Amino acid sequence: MTTKEIAGKAVQVNDEGYMTDPNEWNQDVAVAIAGEEGISELTPEHWKVIDYCREVGLESGSAPTLRTITKGAGVPTKELFGLFPKGPAKKVAKISGLGKPEGCV
Amino acid sequence: MSENNRRIAFICSNGNLDMAYPALIMGWAALGNGIDVTIFFTFWGMDMINKARVDRLEIAPVANTSMKMSLMGVDTGNLGIPNIMGVLPGMTAFASNLMTKKMETLEVPPVREYLEMLVDAGAKLYACKMSVDMFGLEMDDFIDGVIDIVTAADFMDMTEGAQIVFI
Repeated sequence: MTTKEIAGKAVQVNDEGYMTDPNEWNQDVAVAIAGEEGISELTPEHWKVIDYCREVGLESGSAPTLRTITKGAGVPTKELFGLFPKGPAKKVAKISGLGKPEGCV
Repeated sequence: MSENNRRIAFICSNGNLDMAYPALIMGWAALGNGIDVTIFFTFWGMDMINKARVDRLEIAPVANTSMKMSLMGVDTGNLGIPNIMGVLPGMTAFASNLMTKKMETLEVPPVREYLEMLVDAGAKLYACKMSVDMFGLEMDDFIDGVIDIVTAADFMDMTEGAQIVFI
């Protein structure tokens, strides 16, 4: 585990780059991580997914799976993969300041 | 290998309910991690994309040494289901129903819905030409999302550099 400066804030991240303390997250951190993941702008559609993940993640202690997101946030699979191209499972979890999603579906 | 250009191809050759899931689960995980996914359906695996069959996939208790009575909800440890019982009418339907229910409780989608998810996420599905000819099928018999009917050589061309998993 290392400390990394993201959006001017020192946050703890693990070897894979996931934040380990979701309480260190804020919206500026999300924007900065999204930039690192190749997403230059977070639109309201992105925030709908991120907000949902924060809500579920803080409650359950782990990042929701993609199917949990599509069902729970009401975002169709195609749209989710369009918003977070090339690997939404990892990207959404990282941008939301949560760990790697647990669960296979 | 960077995950950005990693590719994986599954060959689904089995139409049993239990064997339909490995490619779906691993394919979904791959797509979620940004890995390109191609699925080639051949022989009995064609049932997975056949509109008339996909909702009727089954699992038979006969000659399946891993299927124990305990899976049927009877607490008998390692005691197997005798093959003689497995041949009774209705046993295959019973086992299939049990597995379907179990999957439902684990919030695993049925095969048809799972394939839709994979296609929406960018997976490319292809049917095997030789199996299509053998079973007398055509594109109209397949669920939406099947791109084309291709030969074994086409499959080799389109999976160059991909990791291949045969199921």
